[in-house]
Amino acid sequence: MTRGKKTVERVVELMKDPKHIRNIGIVAHIDHGKTTLSDNLLAGAGIISEELAGKQLFMDSDEEEQARGITIDASNVSMVHEYEGQEYLINMIDTPGHVDFGGDVTRAMRAVDGAVVLVDAVEGTMPQTETVLRQALKEQVRPVLFINKVDRLINELKVDEMEMQIRLGKVIDKVNKLIKGMNEEAYNKGWKLDAAQGTVAFGSALYNWAISVPFMKKSGISFKEVYQKCREGDMKYLAKKSPLSEVVLDMVVHHLPDPLDAQPRRVNVIWHGDKESKEGKAMLACDPKGPVALMVTDISFDPHAGEVATGRLFSGSLKRGDSLYVMGTAKKENRLQQVGIFMGPKRVEVEEIVAGNIAAVTGLKDAIVGSTVSTLLEVTPFESLKHYSEPVMTVAVEAKNMKDLPKLVEVLRQVAKEDPTLGIAINEETGEHLISGMGELHLEIITGRIKRDKGVEIVTSEPIVVYRETITGKVESVEGKSPNRHNRFYFDLEPLPDEIVNLIKSGEVSMNQQNLERRDVLIKAGMDKDEAKNVKDIKGTNILIDMTKGIQYLNETMELIIEGIHEALAGGPLADEPVQNLKMRLVDVKLHEDAIHRGPAQVIPAVRAAIKGGMLLAGDSLLEPVQKIQITVPMEQMGAATSQIQGRRGQVFDMQSEGDTITVVGKAPVAELFGFAGDIRSATEGRAMWNTEFSGFELVPNNMVKDVVIAIRKRKGLKEQMPTPSDYLAG
Amino acid sequence: MLTFVGLGLYDDSDISVKGLACIAAADFVYLESYTSRLMGASVEDLERRYQKPVRLLFRKDVELHADTILKAAADSNVAFLVAGDPMVATTHVDLRIRAEERGISTSIIHGASIASAVCGLTGLQNYRFGKSCSLPFPQKNWFPITPMEVIVKNIAQNLHTLVYLDIREERFMTIPEAIDLLETLAGKMQAAIPLYVGVARAGSEMPVVAAGMADKIREIDFGPPLHIIAVPGELHEMERRYLELFAGL
Repeated sequence: MTRGKKTVERVVELMKDPKHIRNIGIVAHIDHGKTTLSDNLLAGAGIISEELAGKQLFMDSDEEEQARGITIDASNVSMVHEYEGQEYLINMIDTPGHVDFGGDVTRAMRAVDGAVVLVDAVEGTMPQTETVLRQALKEQVRPVLFINKVDRLINELKVDEMEMQIRLGKVIDKVNKLIKGMNEEAYNKGWKLDAAQGTVAFGSALYNWAISVPFMKKSGISFKEVYQKCREGDMKYLAKKSPLSEVVLDMVVHHLPDPLDAQPRRVNVIWHGDKESKEGKAMLACDPKGPVALMVTDISFDPHAGEVATGRLFSGSLKRGDSLYVMGTAKKENRLQQVGIFMGPKRVEVEEIVAGNIAAVTGLKDAIVGSTVSTLLEVTPFESLKHYSEPVMTVAVEAKNMKDLPKLVEVLRQVAKEDPTLGIAINEETGEHLISGMGELHLEIITGRIKRDKGVEIVTSEPIVVYRETITGKVESVEGKSPNRHNRFYFDLEPLPDEIVNLIKSGEVSMNQQNLERRDVLIKAGMDKDEAKNVKDIKGTNILIDMTKGIQYLNETMELIIEGIHEALAGGPLADEPVQNLKMRLVDVKLHEDAIHRGPAQVIPAVRAAIKGGMLLAGDSLLEPVQKIQITVPMEQMGAATSQIQGRRGQVFDMQSEGDTITVVGKAPVAELFGFAGDIRSATEGRAMWNTEFSGFELVPNNMVKDVVIAIRKRKGLKEQMPTPSDYLAG
Repeated sequence: MLTFVGLGLYDDSDISVKGLACIAAADFVYLESYTSRLMGASVEDLERRYQKPVRLLFRKDVELHADTILKAAADSNVAFLVAGDPMVATTHVDLRIRAEERGISTSIIHGASIASAVCGLTGLQNYRFGKSCSLPFPQKNWFPITPMEVIVKNIAQNLHTLVYLDIREERFMTIPEAIDLLETLAGKMQAAIPLYVGVARAGSEMPVVAAGMADKIREIDFGPPLHIIAVPGELHEMERRYLELFAGL
């Protein structure tokens, strides 16, 4: 371990010099070999022994991860790499590839500036390669490519040298096509991958070797030699002559940006505050002397130190004892207790961390994943983390033993802090709490973790599908009356156009933006100018616009109107499911002269009733989550695969054969996918490779709406009949 | 038949003779408990005096379930009791409109109101009051500035302001609490209130009336509720003399 200790000292030295820092993530489809790559990089840097690498799965520190052989959480590690006589500090985050954990990838991309995209040479790019690459580019994170498992190409598929080059070329082309499609501007400005330039490397993470064009020149090893040695199975030779960590980390240092280079580009995208302000300037310059701007991307629990917040420090410096404030909370002083960095599962304390690094600190009591933390009391927060998947399934959990009731609530709060993609609804009255996640596997892992790590015995319900509500038509001037009937609110409702929904989802339109900036983006997207400048609230993908003019007392009532809107959006009139894509125009308001007659108890129910009743008048409809399914099977199993999709109210829209296998692509509603894993296994004699991915919410077929609505209402204890507008707008 | 009956200011003996006769003839007696309260008498005291059951109504009973009251009033005699004078707290206007719309005949038997009692206790002239306002307990996301705007406008026109203090189910705003809130609002709006007059338990045998600047009034023990405040404009000589004699100015 002496070497490990030495590494720490070198890391601490390098941390102060952003020019020589690279913050990177490794992203890939599941099973393409990410954790093996990470481990071998660590071994190369002397953090774990070379013999253990590839077996130890060092980055998979969770028992569950090691048992399932997949990575669940993103883990961090710092290491040192020497390139052309200069040492560099590499802060690396390993991320999960399974789509159920997509939220972790989103968070990791916020912390890093560059990404090593890992693709299996045999399988090529897969759906999640696409998803993670999109997330990287969205965050202005620059990619390089590592094509893994080249040895299998040679030894299992027996391709010759010529064919191998063609195959590798195809993979590069495919990834380039993706990059171009997702961000053409960056692609043209030099983010196009090019083996000759050295932004692509090939090799075998398992056998610990890799090559790239620049490295071949540097070391004198030739492509032919690699091919032959691999053929002969002399992996040891290759690992010695052309070691994985050197080749990949050379590529990282040479081609991925340092924080000074990356931050001006990235801050423009992830932070919409005033660039001329003190904090704005400091972030653009990665200034260690500026105010602290820390974006929390992970929270974990250490049995000794408690809650550990990990995040990217965009400006300022962190020291033990510093007082910081968490934006969006009551602005209580949070005092830093420990300041450190991660070396795999271990946290190492250091004196000080400066801008441009990934920091792990304790003492930020009020922080959650996604929080913006600063020395200033008031700064514009970073754009919230956008998840490309949404929770589609819910389980109810209860404590098995009465005595665990309070502990379960605490554990659920912890779990929610750790994984922001989870939706958690705590109900202390009934003791039945709801956890919503990305899919069956995600929920199994979480409930398993509650039992195992947190030691709380729980009982879980069957998973329940999460629905959405939205309107398909329009309604004008719906009137909501307050209980005392002295206050009246009039709304126009209509569906929010897709272009604007997408702008909200991508974070290009938000309430954090300066008003003028938001107005301009909305006008460009086709919104009326008067509407664009009067946006009062954005909640989910719903928008509130105040079209009234000169109404006395409206100002001091607006917060209450927004509260009423939020209550209506949290559960629509049909089935009390979340509302999406709704445009609400407040067109007129009548208020009582005296403040006491237009307080929260009057305004909130009036607004809630107007929105809910209005939605029913405007054709409120139920939407269900739908997943894209891709199944690869031997040719003769094609029928079994397609019928597994079609038999679940699904559609098949593509089939591609390659050799003697065929890949069937389709989609099906989540409600029909329970038990899919077992069914597809038995239908295809266990020979199917498959995966699913969230593809959005779609209308529940007309002939089913009533049954689904009534079933949900029954489960929730609501009146078991279809609601009507007069239920909300009576009197 | 729905009759709104004002109970007057303080206890069960403030009601008018006409009001008592109406209750005696009523089939149902409801007492509204959220716009004001009769502090000197309990529901049991009232039942004893009227010799009939009195049903207590909360805000939601009147606002959300008015049907129960209206149905009873459609084919029998209902007395709807309100402390003070029934229509001063504007909200019952709605109930009378609804009843009339359903063809139920309605009438009002008035009671003494705090609005006029304040004139008597403070000497501030009825003619010189501007718009009045209520001061609510602030809640999450809600601390309206309307009361202060009303006061500022009245002072600018040299008018008095009557400030009604919030009533919750188990909580009544006191004069010192109100002064803290008004001073906070005044600070926000960079306005100043030169003089306050506090009145406690109008209509009782031991009302407390005191006039002075914020700091002085805050220190005075006004005793139990209900409390109310008047913010005077510039004082007329007669008003000043009255306050000196009866309110310690």
